[in-house]
Amino acid sequence: MGQIILEKVSKTFGDVEVIPPLDLTIEDGEFTVFVGPSGCGKSTLLRLIAGLEDMTSGTLKIDGVDATHVPPAKRGLAMVFQSYALYPHMSVRKNIAFPMRMAGVDKAEQDRRIEQAAAALNLTDYLERRPGQLSGGQRQRVAIGRAIVREPEAFLFDEPLSNLDAALRVGMRLEISELHKRLETTMIYVTHDQVEAMTMADKIVVLRAGFIEQVGSPLELYHKPRNSFVAGFIGSPKMNLIEGPEAAKHDAHSIGIRPEHIDVTDSGGQWQGKVAVAEHLGSDTFFHVHGTGLGETLTVRATGEVGYKHGDIIHLTPRADQIHRFDASGLRME
Amino acid sequence: MATQHSRSAARLMMAPAVILLLGWMLVPLTMTLFFSFKKYLPMRGGDLGWVGFDNYIRFVTSSAFWPSVTATLVIVLGVLFITVVFGVLLAILLDQPMWGQGIVRILVIAPFFVMPTVSALVWKNMFMDPVNGLFAHLWQAFGLTPVEWLSQASLGSIVMIVSWQWLPFATLILLTAIQSLDSEQLEAAEMDGAPALSRFGFITLPHLSRAITIVVLIQTIFLLSIFAEIFVTTQGSFGTRTLTYLIYQRVLESQNIGLGSAGGIYAVILANIMAVFLMRIVGKNLDA
Ligand SMILES: Nc1ncnc2c1ncn2[C@@H]1O[C@H](COP(=O)(O)OP(=O)(O)OP(=O)(O)O)[C@@H](O)[C@H]1O
Ligand SMILES: [Mg+2]
Repeated sequence: MGQIILEKVSKTFGDVEVIPPLDLTIEDGEFTVFVGPSGCGKSTLLRLIAGLEDMTSGTLKIDGVDATHVPPAKRGLAMVFQSYALYPHMSVRKNIAFPMRMAGVDKAEQDRRIEQAAAALNLTDYLERRPGQLSGGQRQRVAIGRAIVREPEAFLFDEPLSNLDAALRVGMRLEISELHKRLETTMIYVTHDQVEAMTMADKIVVLRAGFIEQVGSPLELYHKPRNSFVAGFIGSPKMNLIEGPEAAKHDAHSIGIRPEHIDVTDSGGQWQGKVAVAEHLGSDTFFHVHGTGLGETLTVRATGEVGYKHGDIIHLTPRADQIHRFDASGLRME
Repeated sequence: MATQHSRSAARLMMAPAVILLLGWMLVPLTMTLFFSFKKYLPMRGGDLGWVGFDNYIRFVTSSAFWPSVTATLVIVLGVLFITVVFGVLLAILLDQPMWGQGIVRILVIAPFFVMPTVSALVWKNMFMDPVNGLFAHLWQAFGLTPVEWLSQASLGSIVMIVSWQWLPFATLILLTAIQSLDSEQLEAAEMDGAPALSRFGFITLPHLSRAITIVVLIQTIFLLSIFAEIFVTTQGSFGTRTLTYLIYQRVLESQNIGLGSAGGIYAVILANIMAVFLMRIVGKNLDA
């Protein structure tokens, strides 16, 4: 069980309204990702759910019960912090045992759950160490272990991977996804990395300045972004947004076309331009094209090795069925 | 300072300071040792020659010796206890966001800037005076007989005065330590279901252990040698004669330099014993 419903929840710090009133439902067992640019209020929203900040107005329901004024400890939620927030003077074992000790779980049960969590998280060899003697990834796993043993209604993660290097991040991403599959517990995950959002989420919540711009599955957001902000934010590299006469041809204020939906040819394309930078990744090649007359730079993605280089003139053709149209206020037009 | 070259350069540059400090320490210590083996009475014949360990034996067998050691320990331990306990509480209080925080902090730190002599006199005459003191008035207001603080509760009074002086120091160090505590740790503990008291016991206090160690070590060094507070209040009477004060009396009141010097050496030994104990008890906090 772990359904979380926010109704008209808002938060102001002083006279700054960080979260304008918003509604959001997170279903039991769902992996929900909050994503958005820095400072948009993701952490604040998470802390409101956790109970670490008081709501300015609105109600929060956990499993149908009003939890607006329930203290954090009683909400049955476990949080993993960006800085891990491990207790530095306690061994890994004691760190993981802490929430159970506070809840008065008996010793044998504590040990059983610690062994189980340690085995699942590959921490068995480190149980007697202090957090200071662990690597970043190991600390991260201890923080997750401390959350798991409480058997919470839901897990809250605040950018848990942002302190790790790229390789470790991919590894931990998989581990957290696996954990979710195994436990089937509700998870709310904050990140500003849209790759994490796309790969892990059942449901993505895109935030901008405290407003929810769109809620949906990763592919919904990819194929049908509700406005140009979401269109630009989801997908990597970013969608090309084109205004002016080219957009007018489609009866729109602006059109968007993803780099992977533009075909590159030597000649005979709809647009042509000069390659400014070519990024060869082996699996893909990205071209940043200038001088197409469509605005600034156009980004194009070609699969595999494609041999154009700086200064080459290339021809580009957008796939007609993959063009997104937006009106003057940035909203999607069907 | 990783390379051979930079290490020897560092040694060379530190040498003057080290030599100066060593000299500063060694000269008085050697002179004290030197005089402690002599019968030396400035007003009554001056240097009367070597006497071996006579002074040492006379100093410890005097009836004033053990009471003075006890008085010293009571004052040092009493002040340490009060300053650490109240220092932690005050530091937690001052760490809370509140109106007029800057002024309150300066007020709390102010006693440290008052000279020991002055503060002891202020306490003696303005608070503890059995006729005109504020405490006397307070007691009378409740219809009680005023306490003669400095004679009836002499040791306690001195502990109170000295604690008042040292509390700001402890508070200041502990406050900086508390401010360096990661607030996410407290929040994590809160989410883990720890009530306020457990958060204090499991998170804040262990975080402060290092700062408490430093407060205890530094204060012990200074408290072992407090003098002015006793000099201007009780003059060593009513059981407030500490080892330091006893040495002062032997040297200046009895004009016996040899005997006083022997006492000085005992004081050094006592200080070292305390230091070893403290290092044992709290020192492990420092290298963790
Ligand atoms: N305690 C506070 N007092 C005042 N303003 C705050 C406070 N906490 C956060 N804010 C403001 O609220 C806004 C949202 O902050 P928040 O930490 O939720 O952003 P975020 O989306 O998590 O950003 P990031 O991705 O950088 O972590 C920011 O503009 C921030 O300055
Ligand atoms: Mg944040």
